[in-house]
Amino acid sequence: MNRFSSLERFADRTALIASDGQQYSYKWLLEYGDAVAQQAASRSLVFLIGSNTPQCIAGYVGFVRRGVVPVLINHTVSQEMIDQLVDAYQPEYIFRPGENGEYELSQLATRNSQLYPELGLILTTSGSTGSPKFVRLTYKNLFSNAQSIAEYLEISSDDRAITTLPMTYSYGLSIINSHLISGACIILTDAPIIGKDFWTLFKEQNPTTFGGVPFIYDMLKKLRFARMNCPSLKYITQAGGHLSAELVKEYEDICKQKGIKFIVMYGQTEATARMAYMPWDKLEGRENSIGIAIPGGEFFLIDDEGSVINQPDVPGELCYRGPNVSLGYATCRAELANGDDNGGVLHTGDVAKRDAEGFYYIVGRKKRFLKIYGNRVNLDEVQTLLLKRGIEAACVGKDDAMKVYVVTGTDCNSVRLLLAELTHLNQSAFTVLTIDAIPRNDAGKILYSKLEN
Amino acid sequence: MSNLEKYNKIFMDCFSLTEADLNSDLKYQSIPAWDSVGHVGMIAELEDAFDIMFETEDIIDFNSYEKGKELLAKYDIEF
Repeated sequence: MNRFSSLERFADRTALIASDGQQYSYKWLLEYGDAVAQQAASRSLVFLIGSNTPQCIAGYVGFVRRGVVPVLINHTVSQEMIDQLVDAYQPEYIFRPGENGEYELSQLATRNSQLYPELGLILTTSGSTGSPKFVRLTYKNLFSNAQSIAEYLEISSDDRAITTLPMTYSYGLSIINSHLISGACIILTDAPIIGKDFWTLFKEQNPTTFGGVPFIYDMLKKLRFARMNCPSLKYITQAGGHLSAELVKEYEDICKQKGIKFIVMYGQTEATARMAYMPWDKLEGRENSIGIAIPGGEFFLIDDEGSVINQPDVPGELCYRGPNVSLGYATCRAELANGDDNGGVLHTGDVAKRDAEGFYYIVGRKKRFLKIYGNRVNLDEVQTLLLKRGIEAACVGKDDAMKVYVVTGTDCNSVRLLLAELTHLNQSAFTVLTIDAIPRNDAGKILYSKLEN
Repeated sequence: MSNLEKYNKIFMDCFSLTEADLNSDLKYQSIPAWDSVGHVGMIAELEDAFDIMFETEDIIDFNSYEKGKELLAKYDIEF
């Protein structure tokens, strides 16, 4: 299943519009992408330093068509981090902008160890902390999820999606994939939604849709979305973290008034991108819900003993079964030869309940991570990063607001700046507090329950 | 506190800067702290401090330390 192999049928249609307004047809996309991918050996690994530009998207499509396996790494990742990842994964090639800004493919090594035959794409889990923990996806994962999304969103070849997220981020990529397989058009920009460049492009190109993580909806509120005139919009989607029921209600009302469908969704990179969506006409009264499983997938809840919960309104770990569940993780090259660890079932780490009508609600989280500006940030990983720099810390908190406890005498402000630097996230996400000693049990494990969340 | 002092304090607090950093080189995205997230936080602080509500256009036009002063003049904030 490689749905990019049949894009020729859209040849004359516009596939991409660059931030300068220039249009690129599907014919160009395939010719450019295939020409790049031809330079690489099939079943080799390529680091793709991603940006929302026509050359990058075309290269990505070309690699997938040829069976070259791309690892998508954001262009904001530092050279130091890229070097570390190259050491861990030994890619044969790297595809990145050269000195003149044009994308170039360079060879880094001759053939290294074999890749699992069905492996088609590799995504990072956090994108920000430079963690080498990657998610292994198959062609079936990629295209079954894109097809399912295109189906429930009813994407047509007349749709025009404007990018608000990096193509290296699973949600951003899912928008690109689902639109490409539908013969639709993608308006490409890396400009932030809070800046003038984005809105100038928006007004010129009349997008029919965009997606946003919670923080984007916070910004849109600040920009008084309610008062904006954007008649081209048909539907907008929200994923990448929990948007408060209050804000969902606000957008539901604004969108209703503007004739825009507002679609709340849920997913994880471990399931390629999407697992759930709320049909827009069922949202009213269910503003706190993530909706129902996407076409082709199903949810179930399990209790602490691992037994399936059948009664409604009983919380348990949310599990998902579907063709988009990844093979598993990797932390180094050798693990890219591994087969299917997940067997088509993902334990999400989220605690959820199902109401009598079958809608799902996230009520908690089993794993220690926060979603910060749409990025998953593992709290233990942050503690380790700090400890490597000699700072003992305990991290807790809520989405978009991490609390970091350090021992008295530590300079809180410098820790806060260090956190921003290490995670590549804005410093306003972090509050650093002091405590006499980090509470631990006899075995030395941190007692998070003793820390104020 | 004068309007300029209030304005400067918000920049220094939001972006962890000192008075010496506040000049015509200070622009949106010129420092890591002034990204989209930092921008929204700073706009909210200014709105609170000066008791105003920015227009959409002004929020997206606000691209430097100097430009911000010009824009605030539209809301009768004199420097």
